Amino acid sequence: MTKLIKSGAYAQDVYAPVADDAALPDGPVLVSLARFHKDRDTLLARNTPVGIRLQSSENPEQLGQDVHHFALIALEFPKFRDGRAFSWARILRTRLGFTGEIRAVGDFLYDQVNYQHRVGFDAWEVPDNFTIEMFNRALTEMTNVYQPSADGKKTIRELRAAR
Amino acid sequence: MLNTLVKQVDPNMYRYDEFDAQFVGERVEQFAGQVARRLSGELTEDQFKPLRLMNGLYLQLHAYMLRVAVPYGTLSSKQMRKLAHIARTYDKDFGHFTTRTNLQFNWIKLVDVPAILRELADVEMHCIQTSGNCVRNVTADQFAGATDEEIEDPRPLAEIIRQWSSLHPEFVFLARKFKIAVGACEKDRAALLYHDMAVQIVKNAQGRIGYKVMAGGGMGRTPYIAHVMSEFVEREDILAYLEAVLRVYNQDSRRDNIHKQRIKILINAIGPEEMRKRVAREFDEIKRAGTLQLPQDELDRITAYFAPPKFETGLSDEMPEAGTDFANWVKTNVSKHRAPGYAIATITLKTPGQVPGDATSAQMDIIADLMDQFSVGEVRVTHEQNLVLPHVRKKDLPAIYAKLKELDFAAPNAGLITDIIACPGLDYCDLANARSIPIAQTIAKKFENLDRQHQIGELKIKISGCINACGHHHAGHIGILGVDKKGVEFYQLVLGGSGAEDASIGEIMGPGFGEHEIADAVERVVNVYIAQRKDGERFLDTYRRLGMAPFKDAAYEKAAA
Repeated sequence: MTKLIKSGAYAQDVYAPVADDAALPDGPVLVSLARFHKDRDTLLARNTPVGIRLQSSENPEQLGQDVHHFALIALEFPKFRDGRAFSWARILRTRLGFTGEIRAVGDFLYDQVNYQHRVGFDAWEVPDNFTIEMFNRALTEMTNVYQPSADGKKTIRELRAAR
Repeated sequence: MLNTLVKQVDPNMYRYDEFDAQFVGERVEQFAGQVARRLSGELTEDQFKPLRLMNGLYLQLHAYMLRVAVPYGTLSSKQMRKLAHIARTYDKDFGHFTTRTNLQFNWIKLVDVPAILRELADVEMHCIQTSGNCVRNVTADQFAGATDEEIEDPRPLAEIIRQWSSLHPEFVFLARKFKIAVGACEKDRAALLYHDMAVQIVKNAQGRIGYKVMAGGGMGRTPYIAHVMSEFVEREDILAYLEAVLRVYNQDSRRDNIHKQRIKILINAIGPEEMRKRVAREFDEIKRAGTLQLPQDELDRITAYFAPPKFETGLSDEMPEAGTDFANWVKTNVSKHRAPGYAIATITLKTPGQVPGDATSAQMDIIADLMDQFSVGEVRVTHEQNLVLPHVRKKDLPAIYAKLKELDFAAPNAGLITDIIACPGLDYCDLANARSIPIAQTIAKKFENLDRQHQIGELKIKISGCINACGHHHAGHIGILGVDKKGVEFYQLVLGGSGAEDASIGEIMGPGFGEHEIADAVERVVNVYIAQRKDGERFLDTYRRLGMAPFKDAAYEKAAA
């Protein structure tokens, strides 16, 4: 089983994952890129939030302006060593100005949560034994950062200048 | 042991402020937590592996190996003494200087790692990103700040890159490792063109200083020479440009075959023109976002740390006389310094019979004393696994030479045939197919005669114990690649490579030689050169003129007999 962490707390996952060949249920849905391409107009005409789940090889830039129709973009880590989603999240936030939820799903480690947070993830699908305390600790192990990212955190250079 | 007569000198190099100290301190505790989770079994080896690699910890054939970063190869005497202390306390009393200008300890216990990291942090050192699929230790020309050939000291930019790339959240799980080097002159002592990315400090037609950026070089099983990405990047844009290259790499690199995941494979698959286009687009976007500019005052602030030492004036620029041995050493190991009366002295860790790059803790301590006494407390580590005293007075050279002789580090062979690069090979490495160190030792012994070495002149031999090419065999004038044929070690010859400004990839001669044949084969190849060379030609020049055939004929001739 997995749980969802959002805004620093466990949260209810309201999105129903929909297989590519299954009928669309009522309420918020989470679909693949292929399904979105196939049923784009139907999905956007529904009066309910749509989420998309992108594989690590799927660059969100190809969504174009459609990106702003999504309330949720789930970025998949097929294996924790595959770090492409770090760039996808960064691009979504900084370049495409996406303000919805970016959720980390798949195989990632406790030790990656802080990096994910920095590049723009704000929700995590975690194993049951992943506690809020662990989550908070992951974000606070390193106080300062050397480089700007999507979190808007002041860099060490800026802190030096402000001394 | 600190010689009580020697006063510790603090060189002009980057110093941690409270932010750097806190960053490294927290990183140490974070890693200590990861070690504890591994020891308790919470992390599997598979999960622990990328975490420990990101902090320079390898599991080798016999033990853990810890690789300590020596940013752009610059060490203070205080740091050198700490490395000696760690070797003495936690290892088998020696350390190994690597081709990435790092220092590695080969016999480390996992439980000791947090304590070692804390000791390193005390002298402003760390192991961050010395391995793993992230941006590795940034290297630079070892003559930085001392040579008159450079446009400016490349180390301030290297330090800026070090900070920017430290735990960069977007680029710590890249497809493969990523190595960056910085140079500042036409003469390339840092093997720029064999790097994933390289920055050369240049002046444009208007006399403005900026950066030429190259990418896609590399050794390994598929060697490539780097392509130029941009001839001129403005100073304030350099981090934005480097970030653009890394982002394109992170997005577009293959992830399905570990042997095809370096940036060189991407660039050569899509072509340098397409790569430049993709990078340019990212670069524009990053520039527009406007958060990564490098302000001039920041560059000035970092540059100030590396201010040249106060050079004495009025010194004689004559080389002192101190006998034939000394004169021979000067010929190969002493280079021109920017200040009159000063010189740059290379200490080759390559006395024939020695393990290339190894130094005992006692040797490290004495080198630290030499640094304090004669070179403003500073030493450089070179990618050829040597050390350099960057700022010595010519009049002190005889005393330095005498001390090095006691240490067995006075081989007058910098750039000569016995100044061999060798990877740790099968003696230590679990990737290796063959031993490298004994081959280096045998060849060095064979050519030990100094007159002969000088007669042969510049000849770079580089030995790798497997296709991963850590011993840079592709870039050797004579490269040697160890292979395994049904459980027996064989050695292939690779001729005509260069890691310098005239970079080229060596050509494989043919089937390998047995471990007892390879040194003789090298000798026959060298003899062809001696017989055929024209005025002033180096081995490499003669090879380039004649091609493989005469060398190949000679190498196999006697082997077959």
